[in-house]
Amino acid sequence: MSARTPQTHPLTWRLDHGAPVNAIAAYEALEGYAAARRALADLEPAALTQLVKDANLRGRGGAGFPTGVKWSLVPMGPDAGRKYLLCNADEMEPGTFKDRLLLEQLPHLLIESMVLAAWAIQATRGYIFLRGEYVLATERLNRALAEARERGYLGRNVLGTGWDFDVFVHTGAGRYICGEETALINSLEGRRANPRAKPPFPQIAGAWGRPTIVNNVETLCNLPGIVLHGAPWFTALSRGLSSDGGTKLYGVSGRVRRPGLWELPMGSSARTILEEHAGGMQPGRDLKAWLPGGASTDFLLPEHLDLAMDYDTIAKARSRLGTGLMTVVDRTQPIVPVVRNLEEFFARESCGWCTPCRDGLPWSVKLLRAIERGEGRPGDIEILESLTTQLGPGRTHCALAPGAVEPLQSALRFFRSEFESGIRASAASKETV
Amino acid sequence: MSTVDPPIPLAAATGFLSEPELAAIRHELGHYEDPRAACIEALKAVQSARGWVPDPAIPAIAELLGITPADVEGVATFYNMIFRQPVGRHVIKVCDSIACYLTGYEELAAAVRAATGLDWGQTGADGRFTLLPVCCLGNCDKGPSLMIDDDTWGPLGAAEVPALLERYR
Ligand SMILES: Cc1cc2nc3c(=O)[nH]c(=O)nc-3n(C[C@H](O)[C@H](O)[C@H](O)COP(=O)(O)O)c2cc1C
Ligand code: SF4
Ligand code: FES
Repeated sequence: MSARTPQTHPLTWRLDHGAPVNAIAAYEALEGYAAARRALADLEPAALTQLVKDANLRGRGGAGFPTGVKWSLVPMGPDAGRKYLLCNADEMEPGTFKDRLLLEQLPHLLIESMVLAAWAIQATRGYIFLRGEYVLATERLNRALAEARERGYLGRNVLGTGWDFDVFVHTGAGRYICGEETALINSLEGRRANPRAKPPFPQIAGAWGRPTIVNNVETLCNLPGIVLHGAPWFTALSRGLSSDGGTKLYGVSGRVRRPGLWELPMGSSARTILEEHAGGMQPGRDLKAWLPGGASTDFLLPEHLDLAMDYDTIAKARSRLGTGLMTVVDRTQPIVPVVRNLEEFFARESCGWCTPCRDGLPWSVKLLRAIERGEGRPGDIEILESLTTQLGPGRTHCALAPGAVEPLQSALRFFRSEFESGIRASAASKETV
Repeated sequence: MSTVDPPIPLAAATGFLSEPELAAIRHELGHYEDPRAACIEALKAVQSARGWVPDPAIPAIAELLGITPADVEGVATFYNMIFRQPVGRHVIKVCDSIACYLTGYEELAAAVRAATGLDWGQTGADGRFTLLPVCCLGNCDKGPSLMIDDDTWGPLGAAEVPALLERYR
């Protein structure tokens, strides 16, 4: 792989400099906090938001929502009062291991990025909502926050601007639903992590009823590069592979030769990621299907490998980019238990608030288990199909349930005969494929 | 004679928390806009001192934060990393999410169960281990993975399990 530079690998270039950069001196020596200094001196909050809009940075937490647009919904002006910036570092989507790298290896990049985002919305306090299992990240972030306070990047009168901003780490206590942004807010407030009804949107009434922005770790970490090198540079980073700009942390897990994580131009093809970077499938393990970006994305097939891994292209293929970290299933692995594993995860992690999700997901697991044992009954596949509709978009309080049925519905579409062969009675006709 | 446990008097409840626990909770209070928000941190403070959250801690935390014991219990039972029962000296959490499932979870889980003699959710009679499932640890490129206490291990073959467990007495 070619050497990483600030211009080509804005997220990870500092990791090529031999020594760790989690201490502030090492980070500052590599252009660290240069973007914060520049923005706070030269850019009005509105200008910074406009810059991020021009760069068309899209949220890396899974939904791809334009970050600058989200920020521009926050009330501004002298009477706007207290506002919060929350960094979503809950990373619990199965198959996803990208934010961990940034949190552990580049804590100051995240803190600098939060200073920038908070400046844009004029937040006075930030929280990093970190999953409890990320023990090393907790330690390093807390140390880095103390260092940043000492140097005046956080606290009262940040860099002499007269603006106060501080950041605290809030470690979670488990449960995938905490990553959903309104559940995250409830959890931060010390409540059960049930999602909230929208509207009002968090931008207007979020944490403690105040305007709140929730952004993913990777989304935020793109900000210093955009400030230093500009919106056209960011757009060009994807080298024409995508209409979206920037780089993306892509990764592969499953039975490949070299599972891992790489910063590549946005829109790199799945084939490039799988074959060049992950070294292809292990011997004897031909690719059968893949999840493009976590457990809550629809399966794609080997024929989709040449697609650009960006939000719009993957959506056109009836899946979602999600977190952008691929999980591969090989031909030796039957699909029904794989789907059962995914649905068991969602059934366990449902917050229990709405009936279709709370009852529908365990039901799907029960049916899938029966089919897996070869004891499915005629009609089971049809029930699974109807569950994918009943738990679909708009039927539940939050996006957990619609996400949960994505791998199920695509597996039924692509591998129906594998489900049918688990139906016991002869009534299951294989001719209907 | 009543078969109902008498309620724990509030003053006694606060007396339940130790000085270091109270100090840890007060420190957290400073980081939030209202006392309720420190609820999860308070439960964690008790758990880190005692290994789990015993019953009298619930009204004690409630009184300290000015919320109801039912609120505290609701939070304590929602989050899977808060233990409302005693656990072993070491908690083993085996990732059962998709990437680990595809790279050898079943063999690993069987080896851990055999070596500890425990099923999911159980704590051994010797109080050494508690065995729990956990969702994706963000270590998927090194699957199959598990965590013991604060340490993440992976990729882990079934044969490596006995030696690994020896590190945790
Ligand atoms: C069930 C569920 C879990 C989620 N988990 C995460 C997560 O762990 N991390 C994350 O950044 N976003 C997660 N999201 C997405 C967030 O709700 C939100 O869209 C995101 O944090 C916004 O940040 P972004 O615009 O920077 O992507 C989750 C969404 C749902 C429905
Ligand atoms: S869809 Fe599921 S996770 Fe989301 S609010 Fe309803 S029950 Fe909770
Ligand atoms: S699936 Fe096991 S660590 Fe991610």
